[in-house]
Amino acid sequence: MLEIHYVWQWPVRIAHWINALCIVALSITGTYIGAPFSLGGGVNPYLMGWMRFVHFAAGYLFLVSVLSRILWMFIGNHHASWRAFLPWLTPKGRENFVRMFRYYTFTGNNISHESGHNPVAATAYLGIYALCLFQIFSGFALYGQFAPGGFWDSALGWIFPLLDNQYMRLGHHGVMWLLIGFFINHIYSAWLMDIKQKSGVMSGIVSGYRYIDPEDV
Amino acid sequence: MKTDGSVSQVAIPEEILQRIESRGINRRDFIKFCMATTAALALPVTFVPKVAQALEDNRTPVIWLEFQSCSGDSEAFLRANQPTATELILDLISLEYAEVVMAAAGHLAEEAKHQALEKYHGKYILIVEGAIPTKDDGAYCTIAGQSAVASLKQAVAGAAATIAVGSCATSGGLPAAAPNPSGAASVSEIVPGATVVNLPGCPVNATNLTATIVHVLTFGKLPATDRLGRPLFAYGKRIHDNCERRGHFDAGQYAETFGDEAHRKGYCLYKLGCKGPETFHNCPTVRYNEGVSWPVMAGHGCIGCSEPGFWDTMSPFYRRLPKVPGFGIEDTADKIGIGLAAATAAAFAVHGVASCFRKGNPKDESKVIKED
Repeated sequence: MLEIHYVWQWPVRIAHWINALCIVALSITGTYIGAPFSLGGGVNPYLMGWMRFVHFAAGYLFLVSVLSRILWMFIGNHHASWRAFLPWLTPKGRENFVRMFRYYTFTGNNISHESGHNPVAATAYLGIYALCLFQIFSGFALYGQFAPGGFWDSALGWIFPLLDNQYMRLGHHGVMWLLIGFFINHIYSAWLMDIKQKSGVMSGIVSGYRYIDPEDV
Repeated sequence: MKTDGSVSQVAIPEEILQRIESRGINRRDFIKFCMATTAALALPVTFVPKVAQALEDNRTPVIWLEFQSCSGDSEAFLRANQPTATELILDLISLEYAEVVMAAAGHLAEEAKHQALEKYHGKYILIVEGAIPTKDDGAYCTIAGQSAVASLKQAVAGAAATIAVGSCATSGGLPAAAPNPSGAASVSEIVPGATVVNLPGCPVNATNLTATIVHVLTFGKLPATDRLGRPLFAYGKRIHDNCERRGHFDAGQYAETFGDEAHRKGYCLYKLGCKGPETFHNCPTVRYNEGVSWPVMAGHGCIGCSEPGFWDTMSPFYRRLPKVPGFGIEDTADKIGIGLAAATAAAFAVHGVASCFRKGNPKDESKVIKED
C-alpha cells in the first residue's frame, strides 16, 4: 500500500531551487565575463558592468543559499542531514549503492527504492557540494582582488601566493563546465528515476512529498 | 580645500635649497623630484619638506648587486628622469658598487665592494637585480670566484635594508621560467629570514625604486607591503582598476584583433589577453619614460610582468586563460568544457534510449494499473 511521505522540508526545496537559479545565472554571466562580445555600437553602454553586477549579486545569493543548506544539514530531518550524503557508511547504504550502480550500468535489473536520495545520487551530491564550495571560494577570492585589504581579500587573499590567480581563474572556468555536465546528468537521472521508481522523484522537489510502498524499501 | 598649512608648511626651507644648489644640483630639479617622489609614495604635500630634509641629511651608501639579469633594471634606473640619474647617484645617494655604471673593473672593483661591505656594515641599502641560480652549487653565476648565493648572503647580512628590483630578483623571473634549467630563485627564497622589499616589474619602474629609497631615508624604515612583500604605494591596486580604458571594459567594447576598428578607437584590450585584471602595479598612474606612456596606453595588453612567475602563469600572453595542463596549446578551458558537456549529453542520450527499451523488474511493474 502506497504511503505519502513528507521528505524534502521547505528549506531543502527552497535552497535547491535558489541554487539551481544561481548556477544558471552565474554560468551565463560568467561565460560572458570570460569571453565577452559586443552587441554593437552604443546599444548598452554598461553591458559588462551589468553582467558583472548580476554575477556578483548571484554569487552572494549562492553563498547564502549554500551555507544555509549546510546549516540545515545539522537541523533538518534525516534526509536533509549531512549523513544522507555519506550513504556508504552503513551496510544497507553500501548494498543499495552497489544495486543502483549496477542498475545504471546495465549490469543489474533491480533499483533500490528510497524515500530520499538513492546512494549513487547522494555520493554525486557530496562531490557537487565540494565543487560549489570551490566555486564560492575561488569566486570571492578573485572578486576580492579589486580591493586589497578589504573583507574578501583579508579573508581569502592568502591563497594567491600559494596558487596564482590565473590558475584560480582556470579552475573557476573548469568547475563551471563540470557543474554544467552535472546539470545534464542530474536532469536525466531524475527523469529516469521518476519513471522507474514511480515515487514522485520529480514532483518531490517541488511539493516535498514522495509516494512509497514500505514493502519496497 | 582649505588646509591649515600655509606656504611655510609645504615649502622646502631656503637653506636646504641653497646647500643642495651648492652641491651642483639644480634647485628646480630638486623641488620637482621631492614633489614627484612624495606623490609616488601617496604622501600628503606637507611631507615634501621632510623628504627634502631626509635627502639633504643622508648620503646613504647603496650597493647594487646584479646576478642572472639583462641589466634592464639598471638601465631603467639610469633613465630615471627626476633628477637625472647622474645627479641622483652622485649626489643624493652614494653608490658604492654597481657593475653597470662604476668606473673600476676587476680586482679594483672587488676591492671597492669588500671595503664598502665592511665600512658601511649595517648601514648600506642593498639593491639586488637578477635571479640567483642554485643548481650545481650555484655554478651558473659566479663573480670573482664567489657564487651568487654566497655573495648575496654575505651582502644581505650587513644591509640596513634589502630591495629586490625587477621580476627576476623578486620571483625568479625569466631565468626561473619552466623548466628553470639553472634552479633560479628569488632573493627572498635565498635569504628567507631577511627583510626584503620586492619591486617586481620587467623592468622595475625607476620612480618606484627612487620612492622606496626616499621612504627609507625619510622614515628610517621600509614602506608597508602586501603579502608578496611589494610596497602598497606602488602595488596596492590592480592595473585594471586604474586603467584609462576601463570605461570601454565596463561598456562591453573590446578590440578583437590588433589594428581592427575597435583597436584604433582605443577600446579595451581584454580579449587580446590583457592581464591588467590579474596584475597589481601602478603603471597606469606613474607610467614609463618620463610619464610618457605605458603598454596599455600604447595599444598592447598588459602581460602581467610584475606578478610572480609571470612567464609561466600569464602566458599565452594573447589569451585570457593559461593553457590547460595536459592538453594541446590550441585547447582552451572553454573548448574542453564544451566538449565535456557535449560528451555528457551524448552519453546520457544513449543511456536514455537504452533505458526506454529496458524491461523493468516484474515486481515493480505488477503494481501498475493500466487505465483504459
